[in-house]
Amino acid sequence: MHRRVFVKNSAFALVTMGLSPSFLRRTALGAELPGAPKGKVLICLFQRGAADALNVLVPHGDRAYYQLRPDIAIAQPARSAGAAGAIDLDGFFGLHPALAPLKPLWDRGLLAPIHAVGSPSATRSHFDAQDYMESATPDNKGTSDGWLNRYLAAEGTCEQCKITPFRAVAMTPQTPRVLQGSAPVVAMNSVAEFTVRSGGTQAEQLEALYRTGSADLIHDAGTGMFEAVKMLRAADPQRYQPEHDAAYPNSQFGQRLRSIAQLIKAGVGLEVAFADVGGWDTHVNQGGATGQLAQRLEDFGASIAALVTDLGDRMEDVVILTMSEFGRTTRQNGNGGTDHGHAGAMFMIGGAVEGGRVHGRWPGLAPEQLYEGRDLALTTDFRAVFAEVASRHLGATNLAAIFPGYTPGPMPGMVG
Amino acid sequence: MYRLPIILAVLAAGCSQAPRRLGTPVPDARGFAVRSQTADQQVAHALSRLTFGARPGDAQLVREMGVDRWIDEQLHPERIDDARSDAWVDQFEVVTKTSTQLEAEYQNPGALVNLLGAKAKGGLTPEDSAQLRAARQNFRRIGEEVQESHVGRALQTERQLQEVMTDFWLNHFTVFAGKGVREQYYLAEYENQVIRPHALGKFRDLLGAVAKSPAMLFYLDNWESAADSGRPRLMPVNQPGASGGQAPRARPVAAPAPPQRRARGGLNENYGRELLELHTLGVDGGYTQQDVISAARALTGWTIAGPRQGGGFVFTSSMHDAGEKRLLGHTLRPGRGIEDGEELLDIVARHPNTARFIAFKLARRFVSDTPSPALVERAAATFLRTEGDIREVVRTIVTSPEFFSREAYRAKLKTPFEVVLSALRAVNAQPDQTPRTAQLIGSLGQPYLGHQTPNGWPETAEGWLGTGAILNRINFGLLMAAGRVPGANPMSFPGIDAVRTAPREQQVDAVVTAFLGGDASSVTRSVLVTGKNPLLDPNVSVDPTAPPRTEPKMVPDVPISAPSGARPPPRPGQARAIAPLPPLTGLAQLAGLALGSPEFQRR
Repeated sequence: MHRRVFVKNSAFALVTMGLSPSFLRRTALGAELPGAPKGKVLICLFQRGAADALNVLVPHGDRAYYQLRPDIAIAQPARSAGAAGAIDLDGFFGLHPALAPLKPLWDRGLLAPIHAVGSPSATRSHFDAQDYMESATPDNKGTSDGWLNRYLAAEGTCEQCKITPFRAVAMTPQTPRVLQGSAPVVAMNSVAEFTVRSGGTQAEQLEALYRTGSADLIHDAGTGMFEAVKMLRAADPQRYQPEHDAAYPNSQFGQRLRSIAQLIKAGVGLEVAFADVGGWDTHVNQGGATGQLAQRLEDFGASIAALVTDLGDRMEDVVILTMSEFGRTTRQNGNGGTDHGHAGAMFMIGGAVEGGRVHGRWPGLAPEQLYEGRDLALTTDFRAVFAEVASRHLGATNLAAIFPGYTPGPMPGMVG
Repeated sequence: MYRLPIILAVLAAGCSQAPRRLGTPVPDARGFAVRSQTADQQVAHALSRLTFGARPGDAQLVREMGVDRWIDEQLHPERIDDARSDAWVDQFEVVTKTSTQLEAEYQNPGALVNLLGAKAKGGLTPEDSAQLRAARQNFRRIGEEVQESHVGRALQTERQLQEVMTDFWLNHFTVFAGKGVREQYYLAEYENQVIRPHALGKFRDLLGAVAKSPAMLFYLDNWESAADSGRPRLMPVNQPGASGGQAPRARPVAAPAPPQRRARGGLNENYGRELLELHTLGVDGGYTQQDVISAARALTGWTIAGPRQGGGFVFTSSMHDAGEKRLLGHTLRPGRGIEDGEELLDIVARHPNTARFIAFKLARRFVSDTPSPALVERAAATFLRTEGDIREVVRTIVTSPEFFSREAYRAKLKTPFEVVLSALRAVNAQPDQTPRTAQLIGSLGQPYLGHQTPNGWPETAEGWLGTGAILNRINFGLLMAAGRVPGANPMSFPGIDAVRTAPREQQVDAVVTAFLGGDASSVTRSVLVTGKNPLLDPNVSVDPTAPPRTEPKMVPDVPISAPSGARPPPRPGQARAIAPLPPLTGLAQLAGLALGSPEFQRR
């Protein structure tokens, strides 16, 4: 922890450089942005509640799929007129029709889905499974920090952490499990909210209370906070205009992704961002091409597509990774929904990903191919995906520290 | 920029690890013969540590009574009349009912889903959906009422130390409200029947109550922990019902039928491990992985009865591993049942490492983030001498010279809960009958029983001082000063009428008395009086000893919206656009500064 040092240095930077939003790029220390030699950014998006992967990334080429889900299956692309069927990707898999905004990303080679991926743990508890996915230590409840924080701590250097408070940002009310740990993280609801709520002289007076007086932990934290607020104010978030006509949904999720884009463009040294979205626990009436799940996916897909559009060429250095704690039962249940299952699906999106191809090995949906006779079997440990994005995208060199107890197998090859 | 030389010096020092402490460390107790705080400081200090913040008039009361007599009174909550607070809390149904009653009366929406689905194939009718919505809303009230009663009691109770200790143990033995739907039923009972009655009692009683609480059994999975196959049982495994969790008829134990039991049985070490690591011995408490397994085996069969068996704790012998267990140098004899777990709790409750660990945590709660080893040793000795009498351990700590040392004065950072409660108490706020105040505490980063992992909320300053956290605290102060916190009128503190039109300096005195215990740094006072940022005005001295140079000017008071007009704080997780607060002027502005000041963050 070197927050004290950061505070002093950033104050120094402000004095010497003024409030240019990109002052960090030219810092007098000669240090680059955090993670920044590469300037790479990872955005992790968590679908809390266990998204029904079989209706998100639809195996329309697997006949068993339609037998298992007579009422809620997504129709095959060819057999449907217009939007009601799956959007074909490779002749076997397709996207849920509500994910139409992601199709252009596939066509441009930016979208790399992976199927039958997840946690080797057998748990079907949301709590335990989210815990395991965020700590990245399946079946070990003794891990107190999250894997993203371990990345920050393991790969962070003193130079990095003192330059920006915004190296890791969670667009959530509280720091999520995946970012908890020793490395500093900022949690916020939005960029616009990251400000002193009473402007003008009152904010200045409050700043004076923290900037003067004894130098201790509280004053340091307060001073660092005011620096951080100024960094963002310099980026003028209130007047932010998304680029390339990107249209974010007016949902909480959409607005949070918009905030992440703002931070990336503000040049405040963002390296790891996180947001989550709920509503995936579709035990009842989940619907098919339309309905409950379709509505969630509409928001999900449109938000991500807007983010990609907004970031434009910056996507060369950005990877978006989506995840959910487990998949759902292959069979529909008596309530037109699905129950807690096992393996699921993830999306990786970015300029440097091996897009235009569905990754992972498909285990099949025949009775004998199912996990415990009911769920999609697992063919890729989620840590293989995390490890790949950490090493090949972010440049992590110490995977053993980030994924304790995990012996990396072959990487799925999703990052180019 | 007057900080520049420091900055450059730090730059030159590079990445050296500066020690990060909130205040100066407390030296060895041998350094103190007497209390080094002034009499006024002792009063303010005791109030700030043994309560959730002084109310108007409290300091006067403690001064008249004498600090030591007042502490002794607080150590005996049973001698303090608390009828008014109790009556208020009792209006909440969930507080007066058992978890079994709650399960019966507040239908689990998930169970209703299954029920409705079973009768209507293929989807729910609009009526079903309406019923489901109502059930969900009804169910949500459980969690809301628990939180409302928790905040309201902390605000009003005269038994403040008991409540501080309840807060301490709720965190030491934390459970996570979001563990699953069932946890919601158990929370009120956990706080009100398991924790609070033992908060100043015997540690062994508290530990036993926690071990048998559905809240903990569910949170740390012990309810489904059973003997591994091949382990000796008290009855043959192939006896009808034995492996399925059904006790044979002849045995007078209730059969558990908790829903969603996992298909695969076997030992679950989760509670056994945390019992040793977090609840008793401490992480370096000298136990091995074998001890963890032995503890978990000793506790097999400690589970939750099904609703038809009355819910609550039950020992199910068919789940119990009856083999011999070796643990921490002790041997638990084979062929026993619930006695295994009881003996395990006896062993760890009187272990010297437990005494030291609990003494350390209590000293850290009451004295400083880095309590002196000498004080911890004395408190641990009290623990062992009194067989874990929590009241006496706390007494040792809060009457010690270390407690009343200058180094300990304002050395602790308030938690978000303490920030909000101390602000509310400073203005004698009315308890909130809505979940809004609890949600506000959550948005400051400390939702009720909202810590996912069993290590609980941070107990030192460092864990609470992220960049976003201090911003939230400052914004809370502004919200409060603007009259937007339910039940709290910031302009109702004693003496306000006398200073409404008084010179600024007198107003500052009144605000500092009301919110900062009458004690603000000269820098803070200077900023409050001048309303200027000394950094921006080279003419304003920041010399702590220099008097402010600007003449105080008269500022008319600003009308504050009534608490009833307060806007609800946003629910956590809800999209919100935060409009800037109206500019605060006069006394409200001073209150906002005081509540946002570094001093207010400390206790």
